[in-house]
Amino acid sequence: MIKVSTLAECMAEGRSPEILFWVGCAGSFDERAKKITKAFVKILHNAGVDFAVLGAEESCSGDPAKRAGNEFLFQMQAMTNIEIMNAYEVKKIVTTCPHCFNTLKNEYPELGGKYEVIHHTQLLRDLLDDGRMTIAEGTFKGKRITYHDPCYLGRANNIYEAPRELIKKLDAELVEMKSCKSRGLCCGAGGAQMFKEPENGKKDINIERTEQALETQPDIIAAGCPFCNTMLSDGVKNKEKEDSLAVLDLAEMIATAKDL
Amino acid sequence: MLLDLLPNIIFILLLLTAAGFFAKNVGRIKRNIYLGKSIDRTDQPKERWGNMARIALGQSKMVKRPIAGILHVVVYVGFILINIELLEIVVDGIVGTHRIFAPFLGGFYNILIASFEICAALVLIAVILFWCRRNVIKIQRFWKDEMKGWPKLDADLILYFEVVLMGLFLTMNGADLAIQTYYPDAPHYAQAGSFPVSQFIAPLFEGSDLSSIILIERIAWWMHIIGIFFFLNYLYYSKHLHILLAFPNTFFADLRPKGQFNNNANVTAEVQLMMDPNADPYAAIDDSAEVEKFGASDVMDLNQVQLLNAYTCTECGRCTSECPANQTGKKLSPRKVMMDTRDRLTEVGNNIEKNKGQFVDDGKQLLGDYISHEELWACTSCNACVEACPVDIDPLSIIMEMRQYLVMEESAAPSDLNNMMSNIENNGAPWPFNQQDRANWAQEL
Repeated sequence: MIKVSTLAECMAEGRSPEILFWVGCAGSFDERAKKITKAFVKILHNAGVDFAVLGAEESCSGDPAKRAGNEFLFQMQAMTNIEIMNAYEVKKIVTTCPHCFNTLKNEYPELGGKYEVIHHTQLLRDLLDDGRMTIAEGTFKGKRITYHDPCYLGRANNIYEAPRELIKKLDAELVEMKSCKSRGLCCGAGGAQMFKEPENGKKDINIERTEQALETQPDIIAAGCPFCNTMLSDGVKNKEKEDSLAVLDLAEMIATAKDL
Repeated sequence: MLLDLLPNIIFILLLLTAAGFFAKNVGRIKRNIYLGKSIDRTDQPKERWGNMARIALGQSKMVKRPIAGILHVVVYVGFILINIELLEIVVDGIVGTHRIFAPFLGGFYNILIASFEICAALVLIAVILFWCRRNVIKIQRFWKDEMKGWPKLDADLILYFEVVLMGLFLTMNGADLAIQTYYPDAPHYAQAGSFPVSQFIAPLFEGSDLSSIILIERIAWWMHIIGIFFFLNYLYYSKHLHILLAFPNTFFADLRPKGQFNNNANVTAEVQLMMDPNADPYAAIDDSAEVEKFGASDVMDLNQVQLLNAYTCTECGRCTSECPANQTGKKLSPRKVMMDTRDRLTEVGNNIEKNKGQFVDDGKQLLGDYISHEELWACTSCNACVEACPVDIDPLSIIMEMRQYLVMEESAAPSDLNNMMSNIENNGAPWPFNQQDRANWAQEL
């Protein structure tokens, strides 16, 4: 049993943890995404990272509201979150959600929330590079893994390499889809699309992207975003491939490799 | 005597007319762009000049698609180099000389003319290949719905234009070479230039009398320069302004990470007031302040860089071909967003001209009359369009501002999104879960 502290508890104990793990709404509530959260926390714990969460004091970053056009709701959310984080004197944040990552990193500073924000794949890469974490080869050795670039990590923030380095560290074979990196195709969830029905068309975007992934004949589709994960998992189910093909977050893969 | 000067006078009149019309069109573009909200994009000048040098001058984003990219570089380099020749043509036209630079440049002149000829030939080939891509191979992005009618014709006309101009340029040189070769004593036509391409045209004139060849040379010379004057003024009515505007457009492009969207400053002021425990809730509202509109429903609500974007777009469609919504058959096309913005802006500009400098409400706006709700709601904000644009146009910012208008001014979000937003308001999450349960996962470790 791992004990996850909240910042409120830390403050009461007079501790100020090194880094805040921003869990995000998907990571907190979505059954699939909660597995990513738990895998990541196990890794943090195992690597001895001094972290805490906000717990019930965390609230939606406001990303879907802003991208849906509700700037007012976004800024209400942002300023409430900023007020809380500033009260705890938060300096550094890690998050498993590229949408939260982008919003916290790029859109909060103007509103008074200035933090060093990193994506969990960056933290995991750093832990490996610093030797604070090691992975014994085995579990994923030789597996064909294709990596789907989340728009808000890739194009939006030019982070293409950290997740790929992790896959290579797992001794797996990284196979690229025909549109990858800066030309990566969206999973279909961004811009608040996750929460609405798609407009009429000839296909759903997640199906198109899943087909691109299947063309690489992967054993695993790696994702770095809980929403991409959901969209691609749905796509794989739609293609009736869920028995032979897993959609996994990089944190889950590392946790598995480390047998956590 | 006066009759001798007639060609010079005609030329000068044509030149002045072309320059005058062009200046007028530039004025129109400037006036229309200034209808937008001002925005300061002059920070980080080093990065901005660098972007302009790399992306506009250096075509770095263009060559990401190598075939179209390299063909485009050929046309672009040809266009710039041949413009040097234009300088001589204009001086010759005004003064009544022929190849005035030749005596000054000597051997270098021959190198120049030879390279112009090679450029012209390469441009000719590239333009024919461009035409084939559009009309024979029928590359999908050139055949989307928004390209039907004028945009398709416009694109083809520009290609025909370039073929004709290059043809005239080479004919003019070929006839000149024929005169120099077969009538070396002909007055006015000195031995000048080196003609690696039109040497194959010159023999066609062998045996013709001097006056016919001169006539052909003169016709080609005049048609070529008149064609260029015409093309200069066709720009405003076409999609082709990118040859000029790509430079300011890349300079003024957003330098922030693509994921960073604007925080609306008016909203910030309001939210700060709401969250300020010392604010007086009964304070008198300042009536004098103009009520600020949230988001954009028409071109005047957009900023000047967004409007510059609209004029810069040359309808290549790389944005649309990368758009996930468009790829899967939705109505959204980022290129159409830019074309609509430009067309509406032109319409507003014409309205202002008709009404003595004042815009008179025409009952139309960009939102609804040009861009539908359905298009706007299909966007995933993935930035593929922004990434794809070879000249740094940002269709996404326009889409987002129009969504902001729809939601904040008209409460016209799709009902699913209204549910999502009320969940965030009530529970701090887009789904109907209790905020107190946020950390329940931690019990399952």
